Amino acid sequence: MEVGQMQRQWVDYTKSLFLEGFLDGQFLQLQQLQDESNPDFVVEVVSLFFEDSEKLLNDLTRALEQPTVDFKRVDAHVHQFKGSSSSIGAQRVKNACIAFRNFCEEKNTEGCVRCVQQVKHEYYLVKSKLETLFAMEQQIMAAGGSIPMLELNF
Amino acid sequence: MGLGWKDDEKPHVLAVDDSLVDCKIIEKLLTNSACNVTTAENAHGALELLGLADGQQNFGNTVSNVNTIITDYSMPGMTGYELLKKIKDSPTVKEIPVVVVSSEDIPTRIEKCLEEGAEEFFLKPIRQSDVIKLQCRLKEFGNPSDEGEDDLYKDI
Repeated sequence: MEVGQMQRQWVDYTKSLFLEGFLDGQFLQLQQLQDESNPDFVVEVVSLFFEDSEKLLNDLTRALEQPTVDFKRVDAHVHQFKGSSSSIGAQRVKNACIAFRNFCEEKNTEGCVRCVQQVKHEYYLVKSKLETLFAMEQQIMAAGGSIPMLELNF
Repeated sequence: MGLGWKDDEKPHVLAVDDSLVDCKIIEKLLTNSACNVTTAENAHGALELLGLADGQQNFGNTVSNVNTIITDYSMPGMTGYELLKKIKDSPTVKEIPVVVVSSEDIPTRIEKCLEEGAEEFFLKPIRQSDVIKLQCRLKEFGNPSDEGEDDLYKDI
């Protein structure tokens, strides 16, 4: 595949992530922050997000398995997860966290357990999409091309 | 420790946030706006860097010439609000503008931070436009404390 085609595929894929709600404007902000002084900025931030998230999901699952659930603790974890997903523009994860906090407030264990599943589901989806996106970027760079500047008018 | 800064000097910002993701982002936002950045993962770490920690013996790691402090509100241990209070209570650093950031839009929270002396309150996620707006605000301050600084060191 030649570079132009790869770049067009990248543009289409990125657009689809926005259209399907996986990513929001905050992700664009991160892309705009990236420059020659730190060309891997987005990948680095997203990697930090992945690390953070795996840990948070483990903590959440364990907290909900306790005989007496500490909802304040659960809520604190969800708040953190909501924050980091919002910071990188992972919209669907963020929305799942918002719904989760309502169940924490109601001290609804069953609801919370369902929410963890939902958040996990959205997280792994967006993780996979972003990994695909980054792999495409690697291919473009390896072929000597550059990542197009994305201008989305939504 | 001046409030404003000369045009050829980069402002030094101390950014405090327990989220590694947010710390990295705020650091980039600030360096993209030609600032030097020091980060701290929590309020205690920030106090140590400012030489304000209770019972602090080791001042080897303190930073000087901090022009602005940006702190997250919700942090484990000491909150950004409590950090703000400590800074405003300290004779050495109370003049440094403190900006509080939070992912939650709670008017009473915003009010109490501003009442306690916070320069600004921003909602997360912070954007480049927030940083630019902040820089303009801080530059408007000019250098009123430069005179104060001269007085402080006059008799040394």
